[in-house]
Amino acid sequence: MTNAQHIIVVEDLHKHFDQVQALNGVSMKIERGKVVVIIGPSGSGKSTLLRCVNHLEVPTQGNVWIDGELLTTDQKHLNKVRAEIGLVFQLFNLFPHLTAMENVTLAQKVVRKRSKAEAAEIAMKQLERVGIPEKADAYPSQLSGGQQQRVAIARALSMDPKIMLFDEPTSALDPEMIKEVLDVMLDLAKEGMTMLVVSHEMGFTRAAADEIVFMDEGLIVEHTTPHDLFANPKEERTKLFLSQILQH
Amino acid sequence: MPEQQADPLGQPHPVIKIDGQREIRNWREFPWWFVALLFIAALAAYTIYTQESYREAFNWIKAGLQVTASISLISYIIALFLGLITGLGRLSSNVFLNNLARLYVELIRGVPMMVLIFFIALVGVPAVVDGLNNLGYWFEQQGIAFLGVALTSFNNKSFPMTVRAVIALSVTYGAFISEIFRAGIQSIDRGQVEAARSLGMSSGQAMFHIILPQAIRNVLPALGNDFVAMVKDSSLVSVLAVRDITQISRLYAGSTFRFREAYMTLTVMYLTLTVALSLLLQAFERRLRRND
Repeated sequence: MTNAQHIIVVEDLHKHFDQVQALNGVSMKIERGKVVVIIGPSGSGKSTLLRCVNHLEVPTQGNVWIDGELLTTDQKHLNKVRAEIGLVFQLFNLFPHLTAMENVTLAQKVVRKRSKAEAAEIAMKQLERVGIPEKADAYPSQLSGGQQQRVAIARALSMDPKIMLFDEPTSALDPEMIKEVLDVMLDLAKEGMTMLVVSHEMGFTRAAADEIVFMDEGLIVEHTTPHDLFANPKEERTKLFLSQILQH
Repeated sequence: MPEQQADPLGQPHPVIKIDGQREIRNWREFPWWFVALLFIAALAAYTIYTQESYREAFNWIKAGLQVTASISLISYIIALFLGLITGLGRLSSNVFLNNLARLYVELIRGVPMMVLIFFIALVGVPAVVDGLNNLGYWFEQQGIAFLGVALTSFNNKSFPMTVRAVIALSVTYGAFISEIFRAGIQSIDRGQVEAARSLGMSSGQAMFHIILPQAIRNVLPALGNDFVAMVKDSSLVSVLAVRDITQISRLYAGSTFRFREAYMTLTVMYLTLTVALSLLLQAFERRLRRND
């Protein structure tokens, strides 16, 4: 089923929420070090797919392998796997009662059992990497949206994840702050991080994506290279969607 | 010289600053109620100081202050723990814990507080003593003498009325406070748990490090209210003949027929306690909010 180069394998994933079918049987394989962008209309199941990859949403049916390990509902095992997968949310979800520094050190200490000094050193390195070491002692409410999202990325990176998931990381940001977040993501892509990104930022997709996935109605319609998808989309639905988002 | 400022009626008046936080620029915003309260307190103090009969009542009744204060404080602290555990139980996915917590809250909420105090002190505690004794006899029959002796030595005198009063108030308020904690925990955005879990934290770690610190800060005003309410409701333990300020006032009034002196003094004492307490709590909350 799996081989060493596929770090994420998703097989026949279904997810129902009460009456709503969010995923209708999704399968895909992602190789180590690839940057994969997922696009699709709202309600197409992009975010659900992303959240099933680290089982934040437990699928109704189907399997997920991370680095060859099958995910189960065993909580201890899931906690271990989740620590290896960074997730960046649309609404940042920073911890408002903690400073930027504490946001980045908490899980290192609690989950990775790192010492206070070691966690602080790693946190500072990550805050420098995302370009806001001077905000270490600020609370989230004192930061702009772009700064908050960069702290959220530093928080995820401080756990030394093998995979980074991004769930519409720029869609809650003011236009002038989108670039600072995308720049951090581009750097990360250049460094060889495996990334799964739900986003409609076509600039980022052109610059960094190795593969692109188009989803609609809980299914993967096309999974190919960005060049192929933009140059000759095979399905009608893809053409229609692309014409809508590329118009401007 | 205070800064002069025109008010809506056109008259100049000084800007009053209270603890550097708020500026009061309008006579309508001035806390007149507080001035009136201070006036009543001053009048009461003056009466107690100058009138012999009031001074005598005050000197009698103040002997109960320590009982009122310690019963309220101890019961409140126990109720906080009970409330937190029950609140977590209400939100637990464990069916048994969940139903147990719900049963406790519904039982307590459905019975008047005074009836609960009678019930717990005069029915509940004796029943527990009987149970412990029977368990002790059973241990003795099994030949485990030391446990048997320890358990059979309990009798109704092992639990003085003051202790029963604390048990009754704690159990009652534990149920109320559990609802505060439950609401506080539920008010925290789902994204907070998701962020914690996505970093590999267990549900317990997420609760302890992420949810509870935020929830507790949100419910501090409600918890403070319940502390003030506890001080007032502690007067109910006088029905168990516990010598708090209410009970002593009743005894004093009954033996001297000075009802006015006894109950005026008692009322002013409760007011002083509760108003001082709410002012303290307000200052504490403001300080917390300033750190946000």
